[in-house]
Amino acid sequence: MTEKNTNPLDINGPNFSPNMYLDKIFKECTLRQVMDHESEIVKDTQTLHSDMQTLVYENYNKFISATDTIRKMKNDFKKMEDEMDLLMSNMESITSFSDKINLNLQETRNKISHLSGVHSLLQRLQFLFKLPATLKSRMEEKNYIQATQDYLHAQRVLEQYGDMPAFQGIKSDCEEILTELKMELRKQFCNHTASTQALTESVDLLLQLEEPPKELCMEFLTSADKRLGEQLVLLKDESEQRHVAEFIDLGCTGFLNDLCIIVTSFHDMFINRVNVENLENSEIFENFAAVELESFVNENMNSYFILVKNKVDFEQDTVDTSTLVQALDKFYIQINSNKFSKHVNFSEKALEVIGNAGKKQCNAHLQVLKLTFSDTLTKIKQVLSTPKLISQDDSSKNLSELLNSMIVTVIEKTKGVLQDLVAFTSPSIAFAKKPQFQQTFSIEYVREGLIVNFLHHITDTIKNVCSEGILDTKIPPTLILILSKFCLELKNSSVHYLLSKTEELFNINIKRSNNVTVEIKICNSMQETAQFLLNHYVRLQGHNCSQMLRKSVETRDWLHTIEPRTVRAVMKRVVEDISVIEATVALLYEDQGTTTGNSSDSSRKTHSYSVSKAQYKSNWSSYTPNHLDSTLVSNMHKLFSERIDIFSPVEFSKVSILTGIIKISLKTFMECVRLKTFSKYGLQQIQVDTHYLQLYLWRFVADENLVHFLLDEILGSTVHRCLEPVLMEPSVVDIICERG
Amino acid sequence: MSNENSVIYGLEFQARALAPQLAETEKIRFIIGTQSLKQANNQIHLVEFNEEISTLKTTVFHHSDGEIWRITTSPLDPLKLATCYNFVTGENNCQFKTALLKLPQTENPENIENLEILTKFDISPYGNEVRTTEFHPNDICKVASVLDTNIVLWDVSESHAKSIKNFKLEGKNNPKFTIGKWNPHQNCNQFTATTETHLKTYDIRSGDLAWQIDGAHNQLIRDLDYNMNKQYHLATCGDDGFVKIWDFRQTQGPVFTMNEHSHWVWSVRFNHYHDQLFLTASSDGQVLLSSAASVSSENNPDIKGDSLDDARKSESKQLLADGPLQWCEHEDSVYSAEWSPSDPWVFASLSYDGRLLVSRVKKSLKYQIML
Repeated sequence: MTEKNTNPLDINGPNFSPNMYLDKIFKECTLRQVMDHESEIVKDTQTLHSDMQTLVYENYNKFISATDTIRKMKNDFKKMEDEMDLLMSNMESITSFSDKINLNLQETRNKISHLSGVHSLLQRLQFLFKLPATLKSRMEEKNYIQATQDYLHAQRVLEQYGDMPAFQGIKSDCEEILTELKMELRKQFCNHTASTQALTESVDLLLQLEEPPKELCMEFLTSADKRLGEQLVLLKDESEQRHVAEFIDLGCTGFLNDLCIIVTSFHDMFINRVNVENLENSEIFENFAAVELESFVNENMNSYFILVKNKVDFEQDTVDTSTLVQALDKFYIQINSNKFSKHVNFSEKALEVIGNAGKKQCNAHLQVLKLTFSDTLTKIKQVLSTPKLISQDDSSKNLSELLNSMIVTVIEKTKGVLQDLVAFTSPSIAFAKKPQFQQTFSIEYVREGLIVNFLHHITDTIKNVCSEGILDTKIPPTLILILSKFCLELKNSSVHYLLSKTEELFNINIKRSNNVTVEIKICNSMQETAQFLLNHYVRLQGHNCSQMLRKSVETRDWLHTIEPRTVRAVMKRVVEDISVIEATVALLYEDQGTTTGNSSDSSRKTHSYSVSKAQYKSNWSSYTPNHLDSTLVSNMHKLFSERIDIFSPVEFSKVSILTGIIKISLKTFMECVRLKTFSKYGLQQIQVDTHYLQLYLWRFVADENLVHFLLDEILGSTVHRCLEPVLMEPSVVDIICERG
Repeated sequence: MSNENSVIYGLEFQARALAPQLAETEKIRFIIGTQSLKQANNQIHLVEFNEEISTLKTTVFHHSDGEIWRITTSPLDPLKLATCYNFVTGENNCQFKTALLKLPQTENPENIENLEILTKFDISPYGNEVRTTEFHPNDICKVASVLDTNIVLWDVSESHAKSIKNFKLEGKNNPKFTIGKWNPHQNCNQFTATTETHLKTYDIRSGDLAWQIDGAHNQLIRDLDYNMNKQYHLATCGDDGFVKIWDFRQTQGPVFTMNEHSHWVWSVRFNHYHDQLFLTASSDGQVLLSSAASVSSENNPDIKGDSLDDARKSESKQLLADGPLQWCEHEDSVYSAEWSPSDPWVFASLSYDGRLLVSRVKKSLKYQIML
């Protein structure tokens, strides 16, 4: 642009240099061209000139009109200025006037304002003076709210001017009335009939009267405490007379309702509203109040729980389970539906109480069961000790009947107890739905505490009947036998039945819970007990027979005895006793069929025995006694490579039991014989006796060779202890035995 | 039973009498007497056990006076022993006798001889059957015999015993004594005898009944033994198969019972040194070595020192559990089992078929007790 502008050749530019332009024209253009150019320029110049002329003309007109206008304005302004000046002077005069007026009125105004001040003061004073009277009348009207408001109005004044003698009277009066008022209000705390609404009101007022909230809240709680205490005492008094269900009802309507109201009103009064004045304090106070309330509720609930617990404990024996459960249920529902405290879950505590009641109930039932069991035991003992029962025909039925009735009694009683306890877990009962209660109650209390314990008790009691190690002859052996069978029966079916029944009734899943006594364990201990008793029985009976045999051998003078003509009475007695035992055992233990094979050919038995005897005879006549004995013994040992265990474990069968008894008896016989010295006839008597035993005992045992062997040993020992070992003719022995 | 544990010695005859040579403290010696009605056959065997090579050396003496029912040895003189024997007189008669015998000082392997009779007893005024003749533990001149209904105290300083005192058992049904023993404690002034199921102890100075336990067992008591290391403790055994240990200051019940045998228990013996061990022999053919550590002198809280010592003790040494520890099986009834007085770990048992078993306590047990 600048270039353009500075271009001196631009005819329209400001830096146009005519000379240069001319020079250029002259240099570049032909004449003609210059001529044309000149004419062109002239023409242009003329046009421009005329244009300028029109412009100037036009603008000149405008200028003239403008000048006219300005002149006119100048005149107008001048006028305005004058008027303004006038206004100013007027204003000044107004101001001075108003000042003057003001000055004049000042005094009066001050006076008026003073007077009005005095008036209000006087009014207030009058209020103050009247205050005691007003308060009093309010008090009389029991319009405590108004009274409080009145006082609050005057309070500050009284505080400020309370020192002045004029007000002192009023103040003291007021204070007096106020204390009275407070007293009155507080009295409502203690008033039993006062509604909670009224109570709340009083507390409200007291709070307004700036009573310390802590104190108030304490006082409130104390009075509430007192009232609840009275309720509790009432309950306690009632508890002795009332039925448990009524008692619970009473507790619900009385105590619990009151507690509820107290708790809610406390919340309303202290916790939810003390906030206005200073926040931090109120927070502290709220905490304090909450804690106080907490402890208050706890205390009262605890004493209530204790009361309920005692009542339930007390009633446990007299009231049937369903009533108890119903009452407990009501109790639980009531507790559960109310939320007394944020921190303590009272329904848990209630559950605890109920759990305890359940436990107690189980224990009570356990005691009942134990009692029944011991009753049954005594009954059986009595039945057994009446002597006619043993060995009579009709008694035979009785024994198994006795056993059956015993089992049935125990089972039925247990079943009854279970049925009774089911009430605790019936689905209509609220607390039964709580899994923790259901679990503990069914498993811990009922299954373990009641059933398992009872079964253990049975085994323990039975074991104690023949207390360890003492072969008490006073206990009828049959009792031991029957108890052994009883245990066995329990183990075989009843234990399972009872446990599964329990599980079914109480909906127990054993697999899920850990510390549960397994059925097998109980069965094992039953089996053990049964075995123990059976061993005991065998021992006892064995010893009874042994005793007879021992006495018979010991008391006789075997050196100076006459030739045997009969079997000794003791042998018959032993055989008889064993038959009786067999008969008794047969009632409880069916024959296993092992001996049936033998029974058919008793003749063979005797025959073979005689044969062996004959062999002995031939041997004994030719060998010296000890030689014979050693060969005999070795022969026997070859034959019976197994040792004879005198007290081998007894099986639960008739044969095994009798075998045990016979083994013990015969072993004793042998030992006794070994302690004696025999003459010829003494030996022969033993020969007769053993033959007799052989004839009658083989049928009782499983392995007749056993009897055979033992009797041979007895005879062998006798031969050895004989001064003149000469045996009797077997035929004669046979005759004597058949005769005798 | 492995070889390590026992050595068998077989006799030709049946036997029930076995006694340790009590006064012999060097060698392990037992004396056996046979029981055979053939007079001439009866023998006394002196069996010496050589522990190192586990062999037995025996010396045999004749005892032609009759079958031996019981042998006891003097606790003071190793050569003295007493036998109770059955002497057959004529056709159908026999008579119980007792005598004090003396073993020869020198061994004479070639000749089998009868033992020298030191003292003879005339028992006829007191009863027929001599059950035992027991040496006084301290006084070499005194022995006591248990007869049918009498306990007779003899002075045996001469060749014919003079009776000093006798205690007579009285009661219904003509009760008889079964066995008797001196109480080794309290200056040996007490003698305990058993009758049926009762224990009766007499003070030999006054002749009064010192104490008694009635119905100690349910059936006949067969044997008793005093605990050498613990006063007031004695063990009994009997036909009911039980072994019981009593503190005779409290007679209402035993302090220990065991019922492991399946027939009569004929003999019970405390180990002289380790009294938690005891031996029982039974006619079920078993000899049991059992522990009654809970009532032994080892388990005595009074002796233990301060608590620190106590703790250390219980840590290092645990009491054996009560109950049987070791078995010996015999083929026939075992009527006696005895500890060796010289070696606390060796014992012998004799069964009726004439088999003597000399056994050792299992090594593991031994270490457990010693360590």
